[in-house]
Amino acid sequence: MFNSNGVHTTMSTLPASSQTRGTPASAGDNRLKILEATMKRNQYRPDALIEVLHKAQEIYGFLSPSLLTLIARSLHLPPSRVYGVATFYHFFSLAPQGEHTCTICLGTACYVRGAGDLMAAAEDVAGVSVGKTTADGRFSLASARCLGACGIAPAIIIDGVVAGHATPEDIAARLTALLTTPSED
Amino acid sequence: MDLQELQQIARRERERSRRIRIHCCTSSGCQASDALEIKRRLDEAVSEAGLDSEVEVVGVGCLGFCGQGPMVTVEPGDVLYEHVRPDHAAGIVAAINGGTCEAERGDLHHPFFARQYPIVRKNGGKIDPERIEEYIAAGGYRSLYRAINELTPAEVIDEITRSGLRGRGGAGYPTGLKWSTVAKSRGDRKYIVCNGDEGDPGAFMDRSVLESDPHLVLEGMSIAAYAVGADQGYIYVRGEYPLAIQRLQKAINQAKKLGLLGSQIFDSAFDFRVDIRVGAGAFVCGEETALIASIEGRRGQPRPRPPYPAESGLWGKPTLINNVETFANISSIVERGSAWYANIGTETSKGTKVFALTGKIRNTGLIEVPMGMTLREIVEELGGGAADGGEVKAVQTGGPSGGCIPASLFDTPVDYESLAKVGSIMGSGGMVVMDESTNMVELAKFYMEFCMDESCGKCIPCRVGTVQIHRLLGKITAGQATPADIEQLRELCQLVRDTSLCGLGQSAPNPVISTLRYFPEEYAALVPNE
Repeated sequence: MFNSNGVHTTMSTLPASSQTRGTPASAGDNRLKILEATMKRNQYRPDALIEVLHKAQEIYGFLSPSLLTLIARSLHLPPSRVYGVATFYHFFSLAPQGEHTCTICLGTACYVRGAGDLMAAAEDVAGVSVGKTTADGRFSLASARCLGACGIAPAIIIDGVVAGHATPEDIAARLTALLTTPSED
Repeated sequence: MDLQELQQIARRERERSRRIRIHCCTSSGCQASDALEIKRRLDEAVSEAGLDSEVEVVGVGCLGFCGQGPMVTVEPGDVLYEHVRPDHAAGIVAAINGGTCEAERGDLHHPFFARQYPIVRKNGGKIDPERIEEYIAAGGYRSLYRAINELTPAEVIDEITRSGLRGRGGAGYPTGLKWSTVAKSRGDRKYIVCNGDEGDPGAFMDRSVLESDPHLVLEGMSIAAYAVGADQGYIYVRGEYPLAIQRLQKAINQAKKLGLLGSQIFDSAFDFRVDIRVGAGAFVCGEETALIASIEGRRGQPRPRPPYPAESGLWGKPTLINNVETFANISSIVERGSAWYANIGTETSKGTKVFALTGKIRNTGLIEVPMGMTLREIVEELGGGAADGGEVKAVQTGGPSGGCIPASLFDTPVDYESLAKVGSIMGSGGMVVMDESTNMVELAKFYMEFCMDESCGKCIPCRVGTVQIHRLLGKITAGQATPADIEQLRELCQLVRDTSLCGLGQSAPNPVISTLRYFPEEYAALVPNE
């Protein structure tokens, strides 16, 4: 199984319901401690910024402005630099992601094997365009540059699990099933 | 750690190993098709059949024939099973003693395998990448020992120079020359960087090597560090490759524990540490100066060269940057000698190259072939021709930086110079096959959209030029272009190619230029009056 690192537009690794997402100051959770520990392990070095952002996104699901400010202060970097790095790399997401995610690989091998049709089918079923999250926050649709799974093209990732040889029919069926299952809330 | 200990580990491993080994591919491609469950069921089936003392199930690296996965082999006997399902497990074990098995049999003597020459992928599908003992039993770390104890750094560089090895990341710069430049550069500290930011869509050679044989890359880096006088290395791996990162980290920990990385390696004065840096999704970071910026925690934007990283790289220190596949060749060259290596391939392109053969082709997967094999041999003999009864129209090499080569030029040998002559590049090794259902103008637009998104925005020709080229291609595919637009497209391509700062922009027009050159009729069909 791939974890959420496998994608271009990133997905949350946390269930949306369990905690106040994205805010470093929310009381009663130890996410801040984990983040602090990561920064400490890197001796608060400015060059550890990307590692710290990876960790922050992994535990908070996305990078909120307050989280970026906190990291800037801790690593003694101007907030502009932290924001600049966070927005430069595709991997980092500054907005919360849906509870479920589907990522469709749009690498060349997948493209010539019909990834475009998969995307059209997914957009159709979910009623949301690529890179977007549904209004109710339940579902995000993303694209990946190349998962390196070209041998099983076209490849998709649904909630972190990679599947190969996908067809528009099975992606439609799987997303319909996903979207009609009651939310965890 | 000394040679005796190394040999002892190898001996113990061989004694421990069972007579019959069932190899189950556990690379990420096969894992996506349930390989871990298959391995678990195979383990169970062996126990149930009471064969524990005789048979072992080993999770191995990539066997290469990814399109037929999940794959399982049984050794000895060269038995290959394809498209294996978990419920085949019992049958595969029963077949060892003559029972019947429902799993589909493959053929390890098929041209797909038989025509390969594995050097970089020599251990792929044979050893468990998560156990250093298996790598050592296969002869691993012997070259590092030899380099440190029997050769001077200059002799190592000489050996690499004489082998004729050239950079496998795409540009083909002579590896020995790069090493000697770094060795000669002055600096109180030097760095080794392994470029594993395999960003070309359609290429997964480096992922496979890192997942299947991480120690081979680490050993190559260590030999390089000894040769140029570096004591710290970084492997920059794409964030999209979680399994590669995990196995690499495990390999680093194991090597450290055995004293094969860290201080006083093989009881010598040579120290070398390696850390992983995880990329965050930026194609431009494959460019060496952008990659350095990213390791330093900054935006991955390239800077003008010179100075080259060999003189002023990571934190301003002399830095040797090579690709994963380049490092994976080093151990074999030191072990078997430069003369052996220089004997493989063509006059100017020595050795082998790993390609990811994908797209509309029957046999999809990874192949390692001697340089100089023709595209026709690769596509028709190894690849088995077009998939689904179609007809192969073109092959795209080099990803968004490369070009499309039409079927009429398939007698082109695959080496650095010949590919450049037909308007493409070797690139990192992606080889995407297209049939008549692929529209080449749409494909050019697809690549341009990629480059447009991935342009870092630092220099204007790339930042603005890719957008304008993409806009023109959009106009063409919408049937709204005039002949003047085609002319402007040509001019713009030339401009972006000549004036961009780094390789991304300089090569971004290649897919457009090559499709204009070889498939003008597809453009003409979309442009009234052209």
